[in-house]
Amino acid sequence: MSLLEVENLVVEFPGRRGTLRALDGISFSIAPGEILGVVGESGAGKSLTGAAIIGLLEPPGRVASGEIRLEGQRIDHLPHEQMRHIRGRRIGAIFQDPLTSLNPLYTVGQQLVETIQTHLPVNAAEARRRAVALLKDTGIPAAEQRVDHYPHQFSGGMRQRVVIALALAAEPQLIVADEPTTALDVSIQAQIIQLLKSICKTRGAAVMLITHDMGVIAETCDRVAVMYAGRIAEIGPVHEVINHPAHPYTAGLMAAIPDMESERDELYQIDGAMPRLTAIPPGCAFNPRCPRGFHERCRTVRPELIPAGATRAACWLHDPASGVAA
Amino acid sequence: MTATPQPLVRAHDLAKTFDVSAPWLNRVIERKPRALLHAVDGVGFEIERGQTLALVGESGCGKSTVARLLVGLYAPTRGGFTFDGQDAHAAFQQRDARAMRRRIQMIFQDPYASLNPRWLVEDIVGEPLREHGLITGKAELKTRVGELLQSVGLSAQDMAKYPHQFSGGQRQRISIARALATEPEFLVCDEPTSALDVSVQAQVLNIMKRLQRERRLTYLFISHNLAVVRHVSDQVGVMYLGRLVELAGKHALFERPRHPYTRMLLDAIPKMHDTGRARTPVQGEVPNPLNPPPGCAFNPRCPHANERCRTERPQLRSIGGIRIACHAVEEGRI
Repeated sequence: MSLLEVENLVVEFPGRRGTLRALDGISFSIAPGEILGVVGESGAGKSLTGAAIIGLLEPPGRVASGEIRLEGQRIDHLPHEQMRHIRGRRIGAIFQDPLTSLNPLYTVGQQLVETIQTHLPVNAAEARRRAVALLKDTGIPAAEQRVDHYPHQFSGGMRQRVVIALALAAEPQLIVADEPTTALDVSIQAQIIQLLKSICKTRGAAVMLITHDMGVIAETCDRVAVMYAGRIAEIGPVHEVINHPAHPYTAGLMAAIPDMESERDELYQIDGAMPRLTAIPPGCAFNPRCPRGFHERCRTVRPELIPAGATRAACWLHDPASGVAA
Repeated sequence: MTATPQPLVRAHDLAKTFDVSAPWLNRVIERKPRALLHAVDGVGFEIERGQTLALVGESGCGKSTVARLLVGLYAPTRGGFTFDGQDAHAAFQQRDARAMRRRIQMIFQDPYASLNPRWLVEDIVGEPLREHGLITGKAELKTRVGELLQSVGLSAQDMAKYPHQFSGGQRQRISIARALATEPEFLVCDEPTSALDVSVQAQVLNIMKRLQRERRLTYLFISHNLAVVRHVSDQVGVMYLGRLVELAGKHALFERPRHPYTRMLLDAIPKMHDTGRARTPVQGEVPNPLNPPPGCAFNPRCPHANERCRTERPQLRSIGGIRIACHAVEEGRI
């Protein structure tokens, strides 16, 4: 059974000038121990998907319809108190900026002990022993001394290790990591990715890795979901999505990234920009920018995710009955 | 191409030191020492006309300080640079500094912070034209701003809008149009695409390359993204803790990186099409620039460091067609 199932998730932001639909029918699942990447450009809704799962949507944002299930139990409409027990205990979270996710007034040890004792029935001494062990596991040298240091005494990469230790403190089954390496330099990024991968493997935790960096996805994930304008454009095994993208948006995105293996004089460019939430085009949201979206159906009927080779893509090109396929 | 091309930009022993000491009272009472941060410590390079030199390195390595030195936002502590045979820093001090400033322009990283939100695009792009006294007539100014906007793929009608009406990529194009207004020969670009999404980054990089071809522009391109650098540059300089550790042609650097730090940076890039490949991350982090290690600054992280590396600072030397500061390479150990 899947660990996490998201079905037809719709997130809306009611406002004075009408309701904005930021996520529009997102469906995916994560198996135990699996790493699912969620990739997309700014504003595609990837962070919002993560926030909805951990129950931290900023008001007035709300889950308007659809379901989020953790081991079959619905968690999208739980009261605040109950959600607090799930968050941290069963779902851990890692955010982009390691400085703002730590409290500057407490030592990292105090923060770890607090998290451990909130969720697990252990005494203070045992909690501290675990805190030191967690710091060791995340590769912090001299953990016995470092546990009493404040966040500002750590470098960026070390802070992100502390944040990972915090997320793992109560041994959650799922970790939602939102851009965990974006604020870090490449050499540190490599260390953190390696750590996240190995530590989740040894502990059997599943990861939802949200990032805009295709390289990080390629290296880390088992499967990847590509998001565009609040919808999933394509989802499938990472190797297939990268090497044989089925959706024209994924294909364009892959071609636009300068890579180290080949040299091109001109980068492929997708003209235009992602639509604003107030002006999502009818039909396929990508159709105005799509090099192949000249078909009437693309402009009028919204495509659902359908099998496309080894992946699933929301594109009429892959529906033989649509008459769009060439 | 002439037989002996004179480099347009030549930096020699460029250095910038910042005084980051505690306030005077704390120094007296708490006996805190003076603290000097050597942000850039003896950097030298040449860029020929129409070429691109890229500077890469991790945060805090001094690459943005080099950019600010080259446009005259900082005065160098030591060394200097010549532009088209003239001492640029002397020129920046003089009363007719504008003549030099007109020829060197800058593009900044964050297109949300570098455009005045209360100005129309017309005023933003037209400001350098008015400021340098290049165009005075109102109608003429409008025409010229329109042309500039068109040259970066925007429409002339866009001049009547405010920056917030544009997306990140379009704003960065407005910055490019503004930088091009004075018809500069040399553009200093400090992480021009780091704040942009990949599909938009491709648009901006393509425009920059086209403009370079059409106008024979010379670029100093600063980035931490090696894949982008590989795409745009002719020469690449790798910086670590305020110094150049390797300076080589693009092909030499990417196909045969010599310095252990360059190799580490290249290894650290995720490879797109080898999914699931495990990287071997290098241990350790960039040391505190206030207290750099003695000898080669990279020695605590370097797998090839020996006694000499820990005590003697390597100089940038020409070895086999590239310039490199590494004892191990010099001695033929790697």
